[in-house]
Amino acid sequence: MDPAAIIANALRAALGPSAAAYALLAIGLNFHFGYTGLLNFGQVGFMLLGAYGVAITVTVFGGSLWLGFAVSLLLAVGLALLLGAPTLRLRADYLAITTIAAAEILRFSFRASPSRDLTGGVFGLSGFAEEFNALNPFTSGIQFGFLAYNQRQLWVLTVGWSLVALAVLLTYLLSRSPWGRALKAIREDEDAARSLGKNVFGYKMQSLVLGGVIGALGGVVFALNLQSVHPDTFLPLLTFYFYTILILGGAATVLGPVVGSVLFWFLMAGMDATLRQAGAAGYMPDWFGADALGAVRFLVVGIGLMLLMIYRPQGIFGDRRELALNVR
Amino acid sequence: MSAEPSAVARSLADVAAEPGVSKPDPILVAADVRKTFGGLRAVDVEALEVQRGAITGLIGPNGAGKTTFFNVLTGFDRPDSGRWTFDGKPMSGMAAHKVARAGMVRTFQLTKALGRMSVLDNMKLAAVDQRGERFLASLVPPLWRPQEQEIEARAEGLLEYFNMIHMRDEFAATLSGGQRKLLEMARALMVEPTMVMLDEPMAGVNPALTQSLLGHVTGLRDEGMTVLFVEHDMDVVMGISDWVVCMAQGQIIAEGTPDAIAQNPEVIDAYLGRRRHHEEERS
Repeated sequence: MDPAAIIANALRAALGPSAAAYALLAIGLNFHFGYTGLLNFGQVGFMLLGAYGVAITVTVFGGSLWLGFAVSLLLAVGLALLLGAPTLRLRADYLAITTIAAAEILRFSFRASPSRDLTGGVFGLSGFAEEFNALNPFTSGIQFGFLAYNQRQLWVLTVGWSLVALAVLLTYLLSRSPWGRALKAIREDEDAARSLGKNVFGYKMQSLVLGGVIGALGGVVFALNLQSVHPDTFLPLLTFYFYTILILGGAATVLGPVVGSVLFWFLMAGMDATLRQAGAAGYMPDWFGADALGAVRFLVVGIGLMLLMIYRPQGIFGDRRELALNVR
Repeated sequence: MSAEPSAVARSLADVAAEPGVSKPDPILVAADVRKTFGGLRAVDVEALEVQRGAITGLIGPNGAGKTTFFNVLTGFDRPDSGRWTFDGKPMSGMAAHKVARAGMVRTFQLTKALGRMSVLDNMKLAAVDQRGERFLASLVPPLWRPQEQEIEARAEGLLEYFNMIHMRDEFAATLSGGQRKLLEMARALMVEPTMVMLDEPMAGVNPALTQSLLGHVTGLRDEGMTVLFVEHDMDVVMGISDWVVCMAQGQIIAEGTPDAIAQNPEVIDAYLGRRRHHEEERS
């Protein structure tokens, strides 16, 4: 066992591009769920559109990376409007059902063989990141202590975490504005907000679009990091990771989703490395193979998250006083 | 009840005490408002006029349709049919938030304090035409800060008037039932309404606070607002209302000054049951 290597692995993941992408998705979800109280169970659908928007524009239509960005964001806006228009006037549960179904419909249509010309079907798409790679200003990788990233990773990290920083700034400004106050009022009681002259439907739609667009940015970062997209990456499970991250860090807080994502990846990668090393060193029983590793990792991380929720139910940044309130 | 009848009360003294009667200066005029739930006729109001600047009490036994009528008028429920105008503007079918912006603001029977927001934020939220409530403008604080400061000053003034200024930074969920009623009333005033619709403002409030709430309701009228309120407690209604409307089984069965209503046999029937009333008459 080599604790330094375990920590190095965990830290690499915690600060890595996937953590940045997940942070963006959780920030988007924070607008939906944390501030507005919208139960969006299909955040992964926005991620899928973000990733495929760039991939399809560049590989299939030969467009530029920037056009791909624009397409991704427009697709996210479209999905939000499509989901919101029929459901946002109804009770919260309808949005939950619709969003989870929509995300799965997207995944299945993108992987279906008739859409192969456009989406690559089950094989997905790759080779759309050349322009992005060519923009890389870094000429060499970086190494601080045991933490090393190569030249390309460094570029993805810079872009990913810059976008996270922008999204955090946006959250900060909005959550402290009268606009953010109206969102919170809708979360608390939408009839009260309505009785005070607030256009509840309009605010919910704005929140859904904004959070969806930020989520799509997370999808873009995710795709540019992997340099390929596959439909079966975008499982409904991912949306629940984003919820885990959000609640871990503290819903309706500015930095909660970011810290939650870093912590989530630290735990996942750290546990992965620990179990792998324990297996290699012969500490584990015979039945413990590669399949068991994946399952046990989730088990242990799950128990860890449960303990955190028991002892710090408000998340890292949440306000315990708020949780103690008997709302309604 | 003040010994001297208010100007509004005097103007209503000559109005005939009959359902649907016209008022000298009505602010709200409703006609043929109907709402059914399945086979049940929840609201079936042929005509109602509410006098401007008056406190009108809406009474009636449980299930008379008072709250549903309220919901329909304020856009929270869609009627099967009906037309109504507020301040001369047609309001039928208008969305609830537009009704509020037009100056007709309601409170709820079960108070809707925004629990995980501070008392002050509850108040500030209610101000209308806030520049910072637009998405893009909200990103540039200098655009809305000055207005925000005005709103805050107005909110603090109202909280002081309602003796709640010491609670300004508390979460609204920590308030007692009575304090929530006060907050809701104060918050409604932040909208700067011309008419306030209070749905059972005294329900679940201790007697001491009831007196202060009553004072505030008459205060609203003295500031020139029109008040329509639903209430169960007859003593309360008779004490402060300039005009009383009684509903039963969805219909308006009687209207009149408090004194006229207190003696109206229809009202007594509705409240106490027909049989008992007739027995009393016979004896």
